Amino acid sequence: MLLIGTVSVSWYLAVGAVLFVLGAVCMATKRNLLGVLMGVELVLNGANMNFIAFGSKVLRPEGSLGLDGQLIALFVIVLAAAEAAVALAIALNFYNNHNTVDVDRANELNG
Amino acid sequence: MDLIAVAWPYWHQFFFVLFAATAIGFGFGVLLSKNVVRMAFYLVLSLGSTAGLFFLAGAEFVGAMQLMIYVGGTMVLLIFGVMLTAQKDFINMDTHTQDWILATIVGGSLLMVLLFGAFGSEDWKTPQDITDAEVQATKEATPLGLALTGIRVDTLGESTDAVAEGKSGYLMPFIIVSIHLLVVLIGAAYMARTKKLSHATDDKSSRAKLMLFKMEHEEEQLEEEQYVVTHRAKSALNPLDSENED
Amino acid sequence: MADFIDYLFGIDDSWFSYLVAALVAAVLILHVVAVGALLFIWMERKISGRIQDRLGPTRVGGKFGWLQTLADGIKLIAKEDITPDLADRFLFKIAPYIGLAASYAAFIALPFADGVVGQHLNTAVFFVLAVLGLEVFSVILAGYASGSKWSLFGAMREAAQVVSYEVPLGMCVVVPVMICGTMNLTTIANMQSGFFTNWLVFNDPFTFLTAIIYFTCATAGVNRAPFDLAEAESELVAGFHTEYSGLRWSLFFMAEYSSMFIVSALASILFFGGPHGPIPIADILGLLPTENLGSGSAQAFNENADGFFAAMNVQVMIARVLGVGNLILKGVIGVTLMMWIRWSFPRLRIDQVMTMCLKYCVPLAAIGFIGATAWQYLDLPTGNALVDAPRYEHHEMWTDGLSKNESDVEAEAEAVESVEEVQTPHANDKVTDASSVTVKTVPVSVEKGGDQ
Repeated sequence: MLLIGTVSVSWYLAVGAVLFVLGAVCMATKRNLLGVLMGVELVLNGANMNFIAFGSKVLRPEGSLGLDGQLIALFVIVLAAAEAAVALAIALNFYNNHNTVDVDRANELNG
Repeated sequence: MDLIAVAWPYWHQFFFVLFAATAIGFGFGVLLSKNVVRMAFYLVLSLGSTAGLFFLAGAEFVGAMQLMIYVGGTMVLLIFGVMLTAQKDFINMDTHTQDWILATIVGGSLLMVLLFGAFGSEDWKTPQDITDAEVQATKEATPLGLALTGIRVDTLGESTDAVAEGKSGYLMPFIIVSIHLLVVLIGAAYMARTKKLSHATDDKSSRAKLMLFKMEHEEEQLEEEQYVVTHRAKSALNPLDSENED
Repeated sequence: MADFIDYLFGIDDSWFSYLVAALVAAVLILHVVAVGALLFIWMERKISGRIQDRLGPTRVGGKFGWLQTLADGIKLIAKEDITPDLADRFLFKIAPYIGLAASYAAFIALPFADGVVGQHLNTAVFFVLAVLGLEVFSVILAGYASGSKWSLFGAMREAAQVVSYEVPLGMCVVVPVMICGTMNLTTIANMQSGFFTNWLVFNDPFTFLTAIIYFTCATAGVNRAPFDLAEAESELVAGFHTEYSGLRWSLFFMAEYSSMFIVSALASILFFGGPHGPIPIADILGLLPTENLGSGSAQAFNENADGFFAAMNVQVMIARVLGVGNLILKGVIGVTLMMWIRWSFPRLRIDQVMTMCLKYCVPLAAIGFIGATAWQYLDLPTGNALVDAPRYEHHEMWTDGLSKNESDVEAEAEAVESVEEVQTPHANDKVTDASSVTVKTVPVSVEKGGDQ
């Protein structure tokens, strides 16, 4: 069905939505700290897909966000890299202090 | 010959389906795999396919950026983390069944809402035609770079108030992001540095002091509980004392 | 290409012609990878032999042993494909293919001559670097999946090294991009046409410095000696590919040699004129007359079959073959230089590698970048201006059609003027900037040619 039509923005949004949900579920279910991080990356990626789709002049010559979409996607990517660096540092610290990467055991501040 | 002559202008669709399927498929791989390293590997492939989708949508610079920063930089960092923490106990961690059920329900409903939104608007659903020349014109990276330095080539003709005041560019966010990156660099390096007190110091006396400190600490706790254990700790402490003296 | 096949069969927009065109291009690039690896491995043996006062291979295939690699290849294919017990089987088996795919994919955007390129990308420099950076994954995966301490150590070292060296490498690449005002490799190469004084390496002292730093970082980036800690034989057996054998092992080598060629070719395009030789033979002989190419340019070449035939004239083909030969020659020289370095210098320690990167390469690259920027900004004389060499106009074959057509540019200029009339002083500054920048980026040839 898709192969004989033309791809519209909606299909890109759908892919973005699926990636977003996969990432969210990943964040919720993984017990490994790094698994949670990967979920975050997927979520950001899904969101980025929306920006690209709306900013694309190829998909929507009229009414597209134009450059703004691409620029915001760029900023998201840069911030995601920063986020990953800090999160990894936190993960390593957590591992050093607790000798585990299981987020369920990060409950020391629990009263 | 007849088969060959079939016109087939559906390359965009073909590659869209290809990249979307790999992106989503490997996304499921990330979700369902239990091994951390394999998860990272699937994530790389998923992000790479997404970069392919970006290329397809005409955002070449963002696609290359995705490959370079996300896949090249972030993922290497991630794999680093995996390796530093990948030990037999943590490499496979099972998720509790109730978590799975809950997450699937919540995620499924979220997906329904998002898909409903995605296909809800008639404007988004109807594909628009575009010629090859127009497609080529959208792939320029120069306007992007200019926009980052505060000049919007695409809105020059509009001469709205925002443009007149030079507000439509992204110079300010660009500077903020660069400073942010610097802060993150320093912060991450500070947090992930080797702790001098934990291990791997060549200074013998400081290591001994650390052990002493640990044991004293232990001792305090234990004193409240049991005298016998404390006694044992003290006897273990003695040789260290003598070592510390010289 | 696709349109040419369409024309041959008298069909339009067929899936078949696209497929054939893609396959032909892919197979051509595959030959660069495979034959290149064959040649380079033979060269490496001969060169190392000569440097160590030996002969190197002499027997297989006649006088110079030039079939040695082929014989080795047949031997490797015939070998058993071993997977260790402790290995993560799936990742272990797939790792070599990732490395090869990454270095193969980087060829997509690498122009061999004006118009001889797999896919014309506006951000080609960036794309090549990004895709080459993916190669480290195969090493990490191989190291992890082998289930061996040696492999893991080698992989970790390589990951640390490659990630750190990407920083100065990127900073070096930015310099030609900034001078040329584009990330399009074809345009960057074309801006260096004419005599060798026009090459960017001779543009100013800082680009010369940058070229040297680039080559150092590229050597480190593809893990060649003296930076090949990932496979330090004395400590790590063979590093990340300790557990590999047979065909999979040889795939690692093919990936290594092809990425060596890519970084050398990239260096030649960015700094050493790319497909333009030291003396512009094609220009002097008049093989590239501008007026002929106006309509029959590579842009038209892609658009319709008539344009294809117009661009197919013999002179242009000869010029292109010359260009491809030039680029490949420069690439091979770069690879030879890497081999020479490999057999001349001892291997560094990991801390020395890191010191080299962070304490020397990064600051030097930063100096080069700032210096080159200042040189451009102050409009100091370039190398070409010091020598009284005639400068041949370059032909923006691809970029002519791709950059905005004239009416667009005019409209834009009008728009700029109209905005300039807005009397906010701040806005005025900005917009004057805009116009100057756009002028600088689009018709660079005009500006530079005027220097003479």
